[in-house]
Amino acid sequence: MILSYAIWIPIVFGLIILIYGSERPSSGVRYLALFGSVLGFIATLPLVFRFDETTAGMQFVEKFSWIERYDINYHLGVDGISVWFVVLTAFINIIVVVAAWEVITEKVSQYLASFMILSGLMIGVFSALDGMLFYVFFEATLIPMYIIIGVWGGKNRIYAAFKFFLYTLLGSLLTLIALLYLYNATNTFDIQTWHHAPLDIVEQILIFSAFFMAFAVKVPMWPLHTWLPDVHVEAPTGGSVVLAAIMLKLGAYGFLRFSLPIAPDASMYLGPFVIFLSLVAVIYVGLVALVQKDMKKLVAYSSIAHMGFVTLGFFLFSPLGIEGGIIQMISHGFISGAMFLAIGVLYDRMHTRQISDFGGVIHRMPKFSVFMVFMAMANCGLPATSGFVGEFMVILAAVDYDFWIGLLAATALMLGAAYSLWMVKRVLFGAIANKEVDALTDINGREFLMMAVLSICVLWMGVYPKPFTDIIHPAVIHLLEHVAISKL
Amino acid sequence: MELLDLIVLLPELVILLSACMLLVLSVFVKETPLAADGMAREVFDTPRGANLVYNGALVLLLVIGTVFALRIPDLPIYAMMGLFQADPLANLLKSASCFALLISLIYSRQYLVDRGMFRPDFIVLALFALLGQCVLISGANLLTLYLGLELMALSTYGLVAMRQDNAQSTEAAMKYFILGALASGFLLYGMSMLYGVTGSLDLIEIFKAVADPRINHLIMAFGLVFIMAGLAFKLGVVPFHMWVPDVYQGAPTAVTLLIAAAPKLAAFALLFRLLVNTLLPLFSDWQPMLIMLAVLSMVIGNVTAIAQTNIKRMLAYSAIAQMGFVLLGMLSVFDDHAYSAALFYAVTYTLTTLASFGFLMLLSKKGYDCETLDSLKGLNKNYPWFAFMGLVMMFSLAGIPPTVGFAAKLSVLEALVDAEYTALAIIAVMASLVGAFYYLRVVKVMYFDAPLREHEITGSGISRGILGLNSIAILVLGIFPGALMALCLNVMRNTLLGG
Repeated sequence: MILSYAIWIPIVFGLIILIYGSERPSSGVRYLALFGSVLGFIATLPLVFRFDETTAGMQFVEKFSWIERYDINYHLGVDGISVWFVVLTAFINIIVVVAAWEVITEKVSQYLASFMILSGLMIGVFSALDGMLFYVFFEATLIPMYIIIGVWGGKNRIYAAFKFFLYTLLGSLLTLIALLYLYNATNTFDIQTWHHAPLDIVEQILIFSAFFMAFAVKVPMWPLHTWLPDVHVEAPTGGSVVLAAIMLKLGAYGFLRFSLPIAPDASMYLGPFVIFLSLVAVIYVGLVALVQKDMKKLVAYSSIAHMGFVTLGFFLFSPLGIEGGIIQMISHGFISGAMFLAIGVLYDRMHTRQISDFGGVIHRMPKFSVFMVFMAMANCGLPATSGFVGEFMVILAAVDYDFWIGLLAATALMLGAAYSLWMVKRVLFGAIANKEVDALTDINGREFLMMAVLSICVLWMGVYPKPFTDIIHPAVIHLLEHVAISKL
Repeated sequence: MELLDLIVLLPELVILLSACMLLVLSVFVKETPLAADGMAREVFDTPRGANLVYNGALVLLLVIGTVFALRIPDLPIYAMMGLFQADPLANLLKSASCFALLISLIYSRQYLVDRGMFRPDFIVLALFALLGQCVLISGANLLTLYLGLELMALSTYGLVAMRQDNAQSTEAAMKYFILGALASGFLLYGMSMLYGVTGSLDLIEIFKAVADPRINHLIMAFGLVFIMAGLAFKLGVVPFHMWVPDVYQGAPTAVTLLIAAAPKLAAFALLFRLLVNTLLPLFSDWQPMLIMLAVLSMVIGNVTAIAQTNIKRMLAYSAIAQMGFVLLGMLSVFDDHAYSAALFYAVTYTLTTLASFGFLMLLSKKGYDCETLDSLKGLNKNYPWFAFMGLVMMFSLAGIPPTVGFAAKLSVLEALVDAEYTALAIIAVMASLVGAFYYLRVVKVMYFDAPLREHEITGSGISRGILGLNSIAILVLGIFPGALMALCLNVMRNTLLGG
């Protein structure tokens, strides 16, 4: 029942907050949300501690009949690929609740409830083993996110909310058809049965394409990425954190759970194409990030570039590549979350995100600057940070696959260093740029705590990633063995 | 009339007699003098005759609806020498129609009182429309079908025209009447051709005759075209949809609700009786027409709805698109799964429609109709619970999980993919993608925009409570659709076995 607790504790708390909080002062609501999110996080911890690293099968499985008419089951379970994301989602949820503490003053209960419900739904996506259950969770996440962007977002929030919703819906509706097609072919919505469903190459390519639309939009992969910068710029800090840290991973996770095992031949066949798109994301989008004037937009583009590493790793079909991709996903969850928090900290004080409005922040916010520099370093993949581990593994796998692909991917490290450090230089260093910067105050205890916790995670993963890889490894090997067997 | 006939027909007879009796009784009730402007002041100040009829109607609907619901498991049965049939499908649809009318009346009470329309004749006309629906749903003969259809249509024409002082209402009533009469003419003409070729008005006899390969196929095809045109008109699907937006917008919201909710169930029954029960052998002829109607409805309905600023008009175009989805479920040949998906869609769509128009009525007040998008602006600020209900309805209409609209779309799409119409399924989802835009826009004005004016909720505690339950039902049925789906499947299976 651990997974059910992980899903439903935040959702139930969200509903309680929604009902209880509408007419009460917001401080009680905040503590309630904090309590709920911590409880939800604690509920996920047994998943890691009691995880059996010797098997690649699904663990903590729960299965109940849900809609008998179509043989849809409430079927949950995690393996090495998904377990970390369940924990990560619950963890980020705490950060988001804390980040909103003094910042959000309008409709606090609705804000917190949206995030609590969103967190539960996303855990549902990561742990669903039934295709339709997955889809319901996957789609339902759109509703709270739409509200979050639209109500608490920036000036252009309505455009961003619509773009987010419709873009994602476009992809997922095609996926729905693919799910129904698979159901029709196998008479079940069970994902693990689908893995062994015999499909000819045309079917596989069509199914792969349908899934690709949904997941590539979500990741997002070039050229379907244009929604992400717009949405990030308008979303409130918490929204950006969840979006970058968790929501993007839903797409990448989908590749591993659906595309590769269900359509292995199509994945092999179209692999080079995906690798090409990933390389474009890594290099071209990296270059685009370089010229951004808005900090959030810069980090958004850097997210796309980093997610390019993830998809690149997946479609190299080597253990190193896929594990590197997964590590990169987890690490990016911490780093991008921290980057958006840092930008949020600045935005709360200055109400601007334009890089040109800053300069010399370090003189007024030394503690903050330490964290920001550290996160920027992690973002460009400095050894001993988590950013390094994933990217290095993927680059190794890429060199193994083809030297030139490895070389191209490696250039991205330089680009990453360029845009991250250049931004840090313009924002933090130099002389104090203007009066507003002069009046800045350093981060308070709450902000310090959030940044410190995230920094510890980044360091820990960078220095000693073994606990992560140990859990991931068996599942990845199993996946690759499965993909290697042609369905034709 | 034999005893068995009496038992089968009893609910309809009770509706007929009670409607007549209530109308007569209301004349003898002594009225308290009205206020100077001729309108009632308060809920308690309503005309006593109307009050009597209203309460009587509520009790009647509750009882009859329950009776129909209890009859759902019964085996199909024919009465009146094969003119009338009570199969599980009929009982389910009639029960749903009764409850739909019951809920509509609860929602519209204050709205009607505020507009001086809370009169005995309004409620009695609504009851007659319901009677027409019941007869239509149970029709086993072309004449019974037509009789029911006309009774329903004539009563609704009267309802639309009730606000004599309102030019828009009158215009809508005229349009509705003329176009509706034209459609009835089409239908009747098509029926006469069927009769001419097969020599019978009985649905089963016609079925047998049509299945005979020696039939005059050309005339049958002609008849079919006319019948399809008439049907399309009654369902309100493209290209026979022109009346829908005007009538939805022009009629008072209470009447729009009466047109938009239960009659869709009756239209579904008519579609099922004529195409599946009767003309199934002509499958290859009507199927392409149905595909055309469905695709055009979904595309044109959804695209046109984007341009609307009036919510009632927008919901009209949305209804056109949703009916396209129902048609998609009817494409398969004698497939209980597909038909039950269409049935599930029709029933749950009715549930959502009830909520959405009830929502608009509770937000209206005396002298002010909540019907433009702007009037919903910032609702979340003043009434978060109401805004949330609106959000649930809109996401259900858009078909986003976990609402019942998604479960309905899922079952229809599954039927399509199952019948290897995958391309149609893709067109359908792309049309819903377009549709999502305007449903999202309603959520946007409620949640993202600042209020333009103070909102005010009218209506009694009961109507608010029912609306809340209705919205929760949309959500709960979306999370647990299994029972209703199984019911629809069982009903369809038993109906097809008996038919």
